[in-house]
Amino acid sequence: MLRNDRAGFGWVTIVLHWTIAVIILALLALGFIMRRVPIDPALQFSLYQWHKSLGFTALGLAAIRALWHVIELRPQPPAGLSPLEQRAGSVTHIVLIGLALAVPLAGWAVASTSTLNIPSFYFNWFIIPHLPMAKSAPAEDFWTLVHMTLAYLLLAFVAFHALAALYHHFARRDDVLVRMLSAGSHRRKRSQAASADPVIAGRKKP
Amino acid sequence: MTLRLQPPPRAIALAFLAVMPGASLTFAAAPDLADAAGNYGITSASRIHFTVAQTGGGGGIAGDFGKFSGSFRIDRNDVGRSTVEFTLYPASVKTGEKRVEDFLKSSAVFDTANYSTVTFRSTNVKQTGPDTAAVEGTLTARGTSRKERFSVTLLDWNRGSIAFNIRGNIHRSPYGMDVGTPIYSNVVEFDMNIKGQRR
Ligand code: HEM
Ligand code: HEM
Repeated sequence: MLRNDRAGFGWVTIVLHWTIAVIILALLALGFIMRRVPIDPALQFSLYQWHKSLGFTALGLAAIRALWHVIELRPQPPAGLSPLEQRAGSVTHIVLIGLALAVPLAGWAVASTSTLNIPSFYFNWFIIPHLPMAKSAPAEDFWTLVHMTLAYLLLAFVAFHALAALYHHFARRDDVLVRMLSAGSHRRKRSQAASADPVIAGRKKP
Repeated sequence: MTLRLQPPPRAIALAFLAVMPGASLTFAAAPDLADAAGNYGITSASRIHFTVAQTGGGGGIAGDFGKFSGSFRIDRNDVGRSTVEFTLYPASVKTGEKRVEDFLKSSAVFDTANYSTVTFRSTNVKQTGPDTAAVEGTLTARGTSRKERFSVTLLDWNRGSIAFNIRGNIHRSPYGMDVGTPIYSNVVEFDMNIKGQRR
């Protein structure tokens, strides 16, 4: 149940996926609001600090997820997908995994090169040191641009990815979304299929 | 800033200070007490420096206020009856980083649009050593007035002017300026060199 199997995702994959998804969507909203919406400057300062703490959380989870993706078994693609769709799916997933690492790393570079030199005080708990990078206005501007561009690129991929999931669920009515919602889903489905199978069902009879 | 006139009649240390033997070691040219008493205007050569420490060390925030005004009076007979009043214009804050300055002027900190000055008016002056004194008074910032304390050290004196170093630690939170804590300390450390020109 924790691990993936050939037929579907286990709970580790599922919980990581949705936790990271929620955090990343929150960070995109937070990043946009704190930087683009005119808000109270004191609130803005706090939002920046929350953004960094939450961003480091995303980075930690994304690193675990990337590793998990490499070492863990990959389920078979859901039935009924063309080879092109399968390829689009797995490329999107690799890009998402890569951007979920690159975006917070670039954010860390912004905090590290900033001439403001504001410490990253993880949820007011402990200090996460700056990366060993020289502080200067040009370096900060550069990494801000990189962080921003990658963040909105990530948003575009997430939107594409989520719309694809919804399309599969509502238009194609396959189990692409369902199998990312519950580790039990495919097993239930399989046992339903099993009891419907006359041969196996027959065996079960006393 | 008690400066009780005591024998010997030649006062030694000065200004806001008591006359004590030994202070003459600090101030070679011991002025006559009567000479130091009087009214002074605070000159623009003064330096109003502050620092706010940051968690984990590092520079924190340090800066100076460029615009201020004030005056003080050294009482001829009783330093304890000396007075000082001081006005600071927080919009003149300089930190070497425009984003920090803008933030300090904003509604998050000084709110200079609504409160253009920070004022201090002494209520009590007390001598604490041959060339030191403690000044208590009312500090008003962002519409809040509170009693604060500064310690004063005499630096230099001549017939026309006088210089002090004044230090004090002010907590930001009572004035509604605790933004950024706990990353930045709640305490602002003031380190001021005040020059007075006799009026
Ligand atoms: C997956 C994680 C993250 C996402 C999705 C994300 C997203 C964003 C977004 C959308 C913006 C606004 C860009 C704009 O409109 O200009 C932003 C700004 C920013 N992010 Fe992140 N971020 C993440 C992680 C981090 C981390 C880990 C840090 C630092 C430790 C960080 C530091 C910053 C900073 C300092 C800015 C503001 C840049 C500026 O104002 O110059 N971010 N982020
Ligand atoms: C916000 C709405 C999102 C929805 C509705 C969604 C939906 C899904 C679904 C249904 C799958 C399973 C595909 C399959 O059955 O093969 C999946 C897989 C995946 N999703 Fe999402 N997702 C969302 C957000 C994200 C985000 C923000 C990221 C990462 C930045 C992400 C990264 C991935 C990855 C890497 C996989 C492949 C499975 C794995 O190895 O973890 N998703 N997603």
